[in-house]
Amino acid sequence: MSLLIKGGRVIDPWNGVDGVQDVLVIDGTIAKLGVGLKAPEGGAVVDATGNVVCPGFIDIHVHLREPGFEYKETIATGTRAAAAGGFTAVACMANTFPVNDNRAVTDFILAKARVEGCVRVYPIGAATRGLKGDELAEMGEQAEAGCVAFSDDGKCVMNAEVYRRAMEYALPFGVPIISHAEDCHLAHRGVMNEGLVSTELGLAGQPATAEDVMVARDILLAELTGAHLHIAHISTAGAVRMVRDARARGVRVTAEVTPHHLVMTDEAVRDYDSNTKMAPPLRGKRDVEACLEALTDGTIDCVATDHAPHALSDKEGEFAEAANGVVGLETAVPVLLDRLVRQGRLDLPTLVARFTAGPARLLNLPGGRLSVGAPADITVLDLERAWTVEPRHLLSRSKNTPFAGWSGTGAPVLALVGGKPALPSYPLAISGGAA
Amino acid sequence: MSVAYREKAQVLDEGALDRALTRIAHEIVEQAGGVKDIALVGIKTRGVTLGQRIAAKIAAIEGGQKPAVGALDITLYRDDLGLKAEQPVVRGTEIPFPIKGRTVVLVDDVLFTGRTIRAALDALMDLGRPRVIRLAVLVDRGHRELPIRPDYIGKNLPTSRRETVAVLLREHDGTDRVVIQEPAEREEGEPQPKARRANMESPSERSEEGEPQPKARRANMESPSERSEEGEPQPKARRANMDSPPERSEG
Amino acid sequence: MTWKRKDLLSMQDLEAGEIRDVLDTAESMKEIATREIKKVPTLRGKTVVNLFYESSTRTRTSFEIAGKWLSADVINFSASGSSAEKGESLLDTAKNIEAMSPDVVVVRHKASGAPAMLARNLRCAVVNAGDGAHEHPTQALLDLLTIREKKGHLEGLNVTIVGDVAHSRVARSDIHGMKTMGITVTVAGPPTLIPAACQELGVKVSHRLEEAIAHADVIMMLRLQHERMTAGFIPSLREYSRVWGLSPDKLKHCRSDVLIMHPGPVNRGVELSPEVADGPYSVILDQVTNGVAVRMAVLYLLAGSKGA
Repeated sequence: MSLLIKGGRVIDPWNGVDGVQDVLVIDGTIAKLGVGLKAPEGGAVVDATGNVVCPGFIDIHVHLREPGFEYKETIATGTRAAAAGGFTAVACMANTFPVNDNRAVTDFILAKARVEGCVRVYPIGAATRGLKGDELAEMGEQAEAGCVAFSDDGKCVMNAEVYRRAMEYALPFGVPIISHAEDCHLAHRGVMNEGLVSTELGLAGQPATAEDVMVARDILLAELTGAHLHIAHISTAGAVRMVRDARARGVRVTAEVTPHHLVMTDEAVRDYDSNTKMAPPLRGKRDVEACLEALTDGTIDCVATDHAPHALSDKEGEFAEAANGVVGLETAVPVLLDRLVRQGRLDLPTLVARFTAGPARLLNLPGGRLSVGAPADITVLDLERAWTVEPRHLLSRSKNTPFAGWSGTGAPVLALVGGKPALPSYPLAISGGAA
Repeated sequence: MSVAYREKAQVLDEGALDRALTRIAHEIVEQAGGVKDIALVGIKTRGVTLGQRIAAKIAAIEGGQKPAVGALDITLYRDDLGLKAEQPVVRGTEIPFPIKGRTVVLVDDVLFTGRTIRAALDALMDLGRPRVIRLAVLVDRGHRELPIRPDYIGKNLPTSRRETVAVLLREHDGTDRVVIQEPAEREEGEPQPKARRANMESPSERSEEGEPQPKARRANMESPSERSEEGEPQPKARRANMDSPPERSEG
Repeated sequence: MTWKRKDLLSMQDLEAGEIRDVLDTAESMKEIATREIKKVPTLRGKTVVNLFYESSTRTRTSFEIAGKWLSADVINFSASGSSAEKGESLLDTAKNIEAMSPDVVVVRHKASGAPAMLARNLRCAVVNAGDGAHEHPTQALLDLLTIREKKGHLEGLNVTIVGDVAHSRVARSDIHGMKTMGITVTVAGPPTLIPAACQELGVKVSHRLEEAIAHADVIMMLRLQHERMTAGFIPSLREYSRVWGLSPDKLKHCRSDVLIMHPGPVNRGVELSPEVADGPYSVILDQVTNGVAVRMAVLYLLAGSKGA
């Protein structure tokens, strides 16, 4: 079975490619790249003229909520949302119910994903049992079962000794420890970033220092243990500065940033809309600028949405009581294509790298590149496609997006997993060939 | 409501206005048989000024103390609240003396539909129980919509609905005159004198900003003889209920 | 009259003209309190619902009296505890009440932003009687009325607000309202009780009481809530009251015509010693009287007109 993607601008940062080329896929693998390729007899064709053809985008920070919170999202609905957002693979966090801190839950997630998922699902296991921050989880078995990293994300491991042991223990499995850096005491009353906006609104704020304090500690622990530390959802200028300095002196630290931390500040909270409430919270202008700078220069390796679905009942009511988190799979690529690339604040190949090579490298995943022989996970972008975010049209089961009503230009129009479209229908059509 | 008005005719000059107030002062004292127990309550704003002047004249006539003068703001008692786009300005009532058992003479500049006086009566009743309330107005221009009648009148003045009566007083306007105004076609750049509206507009003359006055006839409020078309001279016929002098009742 | 708003949610929204409208109207209405029959028919037939999620006898009573003196029908709806406790969301409760056609809903809630949310969703007028640590506009208005009454003007005065500014909605409303009216505001308190970025609100910040009150025309003392102690903001009530409480000897540093104000209820012996609370400089009771007048003015302006 073959598929020829013709005439698109191929951007593949892993292999240093940026130019108009055709991509030939045979039996789910990348067979050939070149100019003027011919479609084999009976093969399918995608006319990607004017579009951008990239390796399949990967989101390494997603909450699929299954098992346990299916009312917010399931593996089925979450992966559909990913596919609609142009992603071909996601890594899902362990704060399910039961917590993914043992092989049984990991096996369950993988089994469900095989049957009901429409993009690749890579589970992230818990670092400590039950996410309690006391005892180590069975990382060995989990790694064997297929976990690609370990993280207590959602919570911070406050006990430095426990975290040191976790980093040490995980070393032989060759996977990173992903840190949700938030000093729970400094942060605990805060429901938004501490600053002029929180003062004017009369809402308790958490200072950027609550994140910085833990990033500093985690970097020092990584230095001590030699572990690969990955900072989840980095959001402050201080944290970014520390990551840059640590890397310069040889610490194995990587970082990811969410789309909302690149385009929104705490000013967005003024309406008390709980769809602007998440952890870490939206920060100040200088923090946003520092994160964008770090994304550009590679201090931040990738964009990851921290897709955190919550049902309406978890979000409506008083701002202070609302659950933390926003969905992001369907808005990440369109928002960044418009607000960063189109507005000239980030160039397209860099953005593509942060969605492909970046995440693939740091989690050691087989995707993120259009190399011959690699699985044909491909994302196609249309830089001229107009969009408006309408929450009720999101495929995610939950509609808690901070981008409601936003509109812009530039969106994904096709996502292939193993050469096959991840969703039954996409804006970019495939013609010919067998189903 | 920003219809432009222009002066049509002067009906009282300074001297005539003063004489009218003098006569009213005499009538008040005559009917009450003296100054004792009289209190004047002026309806804000010009009614208060007139009340002060009448009180001074009463003192001159009787050669004694001036009767007490209070100021009544009827805004909170209006019957047309909630019908306007903005709340009318509340000015505050100052009646620093008890009115129980006294002869209260309400003073206003122009009596029109009677709704202002109705509100004033309610306001007074909330402040105490006077022995008797009388009404003194400088001008009665007709078009009553409630059964209210004045006891002391400076001048009866038949008018048409579209006209207004402006009482100008030295203390407020720098001059003492009473004039009739009518709506004017505004010339480019020509400033128009502001219409002096009665405290409350009658519903029949209320209109939306910029729209011409409604021409609809309301059967029970106007008699055909007073209907007039724009631009025609006003009929001078007087209507029966305004000609007869106010009833004098004793006690 | 420049008042055109459907709701009164915050002082930050209001312009000087609007504040003056409320103060002038309130002043004109004060006389009603001196009558034998304290009633005018102005809001006859209008319904005012007091929706108080935080218990507050003083403010609620003040609104109740204000409404009743204007002949409105006042209904008190007390819901203590969070909406989550009750199982019915704030919005649901409000929509249920709206189905009974009130003209004004006066709401006090522990969540900042709750009145704004109601105002967006309800057709009737909404008055914020205190939301979380955000704003308490009628308190600021009555404070301004009291100051204007005693001093004859507002612009150019120096007001010092002392105490737990970080958690105080009264402080925020006062700061916004006073600045709009041209008052220079200083806030004073221990650093743990001064909120982040406070200077950016346009106020001076001081951590020494004596220096902060030396030139003040008005000293506004804030209530210290006992929870602050257990939450680690101050070491003890005793120390707080010694350093930050107003006692007669601290007043020696002040102007002889200074006004002492407090939103109430007063923690006697903590922020104010009894002698000062009851002393000649205190205008706390005038504040309460003016509170009724201001709330009458607000109800008049919001309920009487057709609204936005």
